[in-house]
Amino acid sequence: MGFEFFTIYWRDMIRFVRFRALLFASLVQPALWMAFFGIAMTGSFDRFTSLAPLPAGAVPVPYLTFMAAGVMALTTLFTTLFGGMGLLFDKLWGLMREILASPAPRWHILFGIALSGITKSYIQVMILMVFGLLIGVRFFVGASLVQVAIAIAGILLFVGIFALGFLFLSSAISLTMESPESMQAVMTLLSLPLFFVSNALYPAESFPPFLQAATALNPLTYLVTGIRYFAIGPDFWALSHHYVYTPADVCFAFLALALFAGVMFALALRTINRAVVS
Amino acid sequence: MSDPIIEVTNLSHRFRDTVAVDGISFAVRPGEIFSFLGPNGAGKSTTINVLTTLLAVQGGMVRVAGFDVAKSPGEVRRSIGIVFQEETLDRDLTVREILEFHGRLYSMPREERKKRIDEMIRLVELEAKRDVQVRHLSGGMKRRLEIARGLMTRPKVLFLDEPTLGLDPQSRIHVWDYIRQVNHEGTTIFLTTHYMDEADSLSDRINIIDHGKIIASGTSRELKDALGQDIISLETGNDARAAEILRDLPGVRDIRPGLRGFSVIISGDGGKCLPAVLDRLRGAGIAIVSANLKQPTLDDVFVHFTGREIRG
Repeated sequence: MGFEFFTIYWRDMIRFVRFRALLFASLVQPALWMAFFGIAMTGSFDRFTSLAPLPAGAVPVPYLTFMAAGVMALTTLFTTLFGGMGLLFDKLWGLMREILASPAPRWHILFGIALSGITKSYIQVMILMVFGLLIGVRFFVGASLVQVAIAIAGILLFVGIFALGFLFLSSAISLTMESPESMQAVMTLLSLPLFFVSNALYPAESFPPFLQAATALNPLTYLVTGIRYFAIGPDFWALSHHYVYTPADVCFAFLALALFAGVMFALALRTINRAVVS
Repeated sequence: MSDPIIEVTNLSHRFRDTVAVDGISFAVRPGEIFSFLGPNGAGKSTTINVLTTLLAVQGGMVRVAGFDVAKSPGEVRRSIGIVFQEETLDRDLTVREILEFHGRLYSMPREERKKRIDEMIRLVELEAKRDVQVRHLSGGMKRRLEIARGLMTRPKVLFLDEPTLGLDPQSRIHVWDYIRQVNHEGTTIFLTTHYMDEADSLSDRINIIDHGKIIASGTSRELKDALGQDIISLETGNDARAAEILRDLPGVRDIRPGLRGFSVIISGDGGKCLPAVLDRLRGAGIAIVSANLKQPTLDDVFVHFTGREIRG
């Protein structure tokens, strides 16, 4: 096995760092979102939920903390949904020909793009965590240094496997699109249901049954579960809902994301193996 | 004679209902510059795409650098370099990074890669642009960089698809110089072009291709001689009589009246026939006002074989 995928990764990271505006925007935008939306909504949500009686033994969590985990998940979703877009530009500008005509196996292209997408997501998620803690998000409460390290590793594991699935999906779509505009349209279409039919910003438990069933099919739900488990804890109370995550729930969430990534890889591989650039 | 480095037997390729390549066969010798000359849409790019493994072989047999393209595309890819018709450079990378990316993509070891990058930058004289992003290079420089990239991995064959498309005359000549130099150092060149002068000045052997078929092949000289159309245009004191006495001169194929004077069509080399023509006229006491020899250009060859001028 060669390391050609690392070449693809290397080039994508050069571009990421070289475009100062892109770099700046992608780092600041999620933090801004958390700052404005989070702080604005926390006031009202916490007022509503303070009316509901707190069951004995439940740990109440402010909305800002609850949604911070969701913003981390959504940021990962949006970044990775567009993570394969570079392939579309490479295709349109003819750059893909050089790569497809090289002896490098084509799955290396997918892996290189995935690796750089995951790197970008990790950077964003770490920034969000640090920024969140600065503005009052209460993650890792009462945890020791070792426990915090394990929790962060757990979060990154979830972000990584989730990102992998969406980067493969994004790559597959990019390779079939003909213009950036259509890519944009498809991605927006795709992101809306993923965004809203999830438990990222509000509890899915109050959805009507068919929407609840839909959240079970949404990978974002499983990512949020993983992040909340590691960042907030297995048992907490937010937005008048009692959240309990057992280790089995978390394992199931991870396996669901792994399955999603596997299926998306198969789809992307099929697409790139059939790609003809001439 | 050594084995051909490219061997194509009965290659066909179609896109839906359109036949792009229609059963062509040819062989390229190691070390030569072999060119496909033809109008846009003649099947040149399709042929190059099949030879470089970018399109699957649909019909026929293709061997490049000793490997069957259909069976061992990986080995073929490792043995060739390609300069594509369109620009295929990442505008955001620097000259060095473009070559570095290519070397890494072909798994070149680090030390060799570094050495080769320096050599290639020197070859195409882009030393001053080493760390400049591609977006700031001129068209000719970009083309030179693409040639350098194609040569990074020391290919046995370099494929050039319309290498000077859209370049200004000076840059074209510059690019031609590099192509000759690279060929001189032992790389076989497979070239496609729709420029007559390009095919004429670079190629050892030219193949005229039209509608997916090779309709003539040979050296530039052979193709022009095959036409037998060297023309001597004459104006004399007495054209009618001059035409009469030249009609039975050896080598004269036909005599046609012109706007002024008349034209003598020579079946062989017109340059060798000219003195005899002039001698005979002087011997008959006919005054010569002007004499002009015109040998066919590759354009004439093209028109002759295809029945029309090159398009585009």
